[in-house]
Amino acid sequence: MITTFAAALNAGLRTALEDDPKVVLMGEDIGRLGGVFRVTDALQKDFGEHRVIDTPLAESGIIGTAFGMALRGYRPVCEIQFDGFVYPAFDQIVSQVAKIHNRTRGAVRAPLTIRIPFGGGIGSVEHHSESPEAYFAHTAGLRVVAPSNPADAFTMIRQAIALDDPVIFFEPKRRYWDKAEFDPAAEPDLPLDRARICVRGTDATVVAYGGTVATALAAAKTGAEEGISLEVVDLRSLAPLDVDTVAESVDRTGRLIVVHEAQRTCGIGAEIAARITERCFYRLEAPVLRVAGFDIPYPPAKLEKHHLPDPDRILEAVDRTLAA
Amino acid sequence: MPGTTEYPVQLIQPDGARVHHPEYQALVADIGPGELRQLYEDLVVTRRIDTEAVALARQGQLGLWAPCQGQEAAQVGSAHALRPDDYVFGSYRESAVAYCRGVPPSAMTAMWRGVSHSAGDPALANMANPAIVVGAQGLHATGYAYAAHLDGAEIATVAYFGDGATSQGDIAEALTFAASWGAPVVFFCQNNHWAISEPVQLQSATPIAQRAIGYGIPAVRVDGNDVLGVLAVTRQAAARARSGGGPSFVEAITYRMGPHTTADDPTRYRTAAETEEWARRDPILRMRLLLEREDLLDDEFRLRVDGRADEVAHRMRTETLTMADPEPSELFAHVYATPHRGLDEQRTEYAAYLADDPSAALATVAPAVREKGVRS
Repeated sequence: MITTFAAALNAGLRTALEDDPKVVLMGEDIGRLGGVFRVTDALQKDFGEHRVIDTPLAESGIIGTAFGMALRGYRPVCEIQFDGFVYPAFDQIVSQVAKIHNRTRGAVRAPLTIRIPFGGGIGSVEHHSESPEAYFAHTAGLRVVAPSNPADAFTMIRQAIALDDPVIFFEPKRRYWDKAEFDPAAEPDLPLDRARICVRGTDATVVAYGGTVATALAAAKTGAEEGISLEVVDLRSLAPLDVDTVAESVDRTGRLIVVHEAQRTCGIGAEIAARITERCFYRLEAPVLRVAGFDIPYPPAKLEKHHLPDPDRILEAVDRTLAA
Repeated sequence: MPGTTEYPVQLIQPDGARVHHPEYQALVADIGPGELRQLYEDLVVTRRIDTEAVALARQGQLGLWAPCQGQEAAQVGSAHALRPDDYVFGSYRESAVAYCRGVPPSAMTAMWRGVSHSAGDPALANMANPAIVVGAQGLHATGYAYAAHLDGAEIATVAYFGDGATSQGDIAEALTFAASWGAPVVFFCQNNHWAISEPVQLQSATPIAQRAIGYGIPAVRVDGNDVLGVLAVTRQAAARARSGGGPSFVEAITYRMGPHTTADDPTRYRTAAETEEWARRDPILRMRLLLEREDLLDDEFRLRVDGRADEVAHRMRTETLTMADPEPSELFAHVYATPHRGLDEQRTEYAAYLADDPSAALATVAPAVREKGVRS
């Protein structure tokens, strides 16, 4: 079937609610409204207000009470309305949810899934376009994932909910209305922590995740027209990183460009550059390059096209790495 | 409504005389001589645990300890209002609550000794491991209570916290969530007057219980050094929770007689006169005076209680001193419930380093590097 990213997520959530009575959804406006992005559309109507729970407007409260429910055997799926709203919940996520399994020496599990629409490109106001993934990838006890397309959205949300560890689930909000084919009956083709090689190529590897995967694919398409063969890897999981898949690609291409729209400094790209340097030092033909957002607060909408990596910036980096 | 204003509920006066309050007395009508003696024993034993743990800390056997001296009646009285299937969330100062719920004292010292983070499996005593970031547990209790309500379980969930924690946003959010969901949670605030060096006046311009009323949550103030008064009001709140009556708030007015932790020096911020004033309201002294008035404190009983306290303290000391240091592999244990490739790699690397096994260390690097060798 052909559907949008948002509808695929909705279908994944519906399946999870049907499969396990302990799964509950929690968040602001997720009930009658169906969420501001309609990801939970009609789920409260079909599963009731005790399975799809509208919460007061308090992010720490959402995560903290979800954590309490998890301690009683529930599997809450929390929606944080926008990336920039997650910070009030930061303590509950990093100090409580992420650590409980370790603090109790394995006696307690916190199978929470925390959905966060992230990233820019939708022309919104401040606090609505941020990429906070590195904060969470830096935190032990959390898994951090970011699907890039409807098929992965559908399978990864179900894998995240089924996992006994807390998962920060980043949804690239500018891809919510992208359409693609997927088969809801198909078994997942990859574990949650595996990267995927989307396009094979021989000249350089381009690694991306979430909203920038489509950008990298567009760059690869343009590159191909110009006679440059790019391999595109969709990371999918940011914690843990599937370094094996990236290294295997770089061992063949000898060149690596990491693309993300989050700020460059201390971002996921820095970690990949370090890990690939450790693993592929003698295979690299050029330094690992990063095409990233600048180290600035997310800019006003009229400037975001300069901040967000686009195919041209990626191809410029490709030119630099090929010249090296 | 008694207890909601400047007149806290009280059933035992500081001189041990009973207060005849029809409503609250009725809630403890079943507390006869045997139960009074049990309450006294638990007060004495928990203070003995506390003094022994402070001694262990002073002797360098614990990195730190957070004494609950002065708060025993608030903790023992409220804990006695709960059933085993009720569930408790607290902070690091709830050692008397933990003892009453059956947590072994050496499980509490393990955390302060640095052997582990927690006091064991929460399921053993239906008591979550202590919140160190104060206030966070108010939300956990609210979520747990709501989940219990969805399960149809007729239990009470209690969140213990101090006056300082009421300044945290999480307590405010917990009150909001509990009120709007009707979650059967009992917020039990031990107003011990001091958040390290900050007086309660810096946390709240109103009686703390009054804030809960603003959220639509029934609230009561109780003399926190009166074990019977605390038992009565907590029974009332727990019964409300179990019967689907929603959240309640108890403010137990008490005093932290010792330091915040063994690293603290309260003489820098409060007067000896204040401490002496509260020593006259000592919860154990008050209970002893009541037992004397009611002719329940003979020498045989007194010796039995003291012997029990010594026995518990001795066992805690012995078990604390004989705790084995955790193995290095514990570093990586239990971070995730499911395998995590990034951490597995670090575990392997460090094990190889400890074993001085360069070939195992090389397994994590690329073939080209392996061929050259690590230190070539």
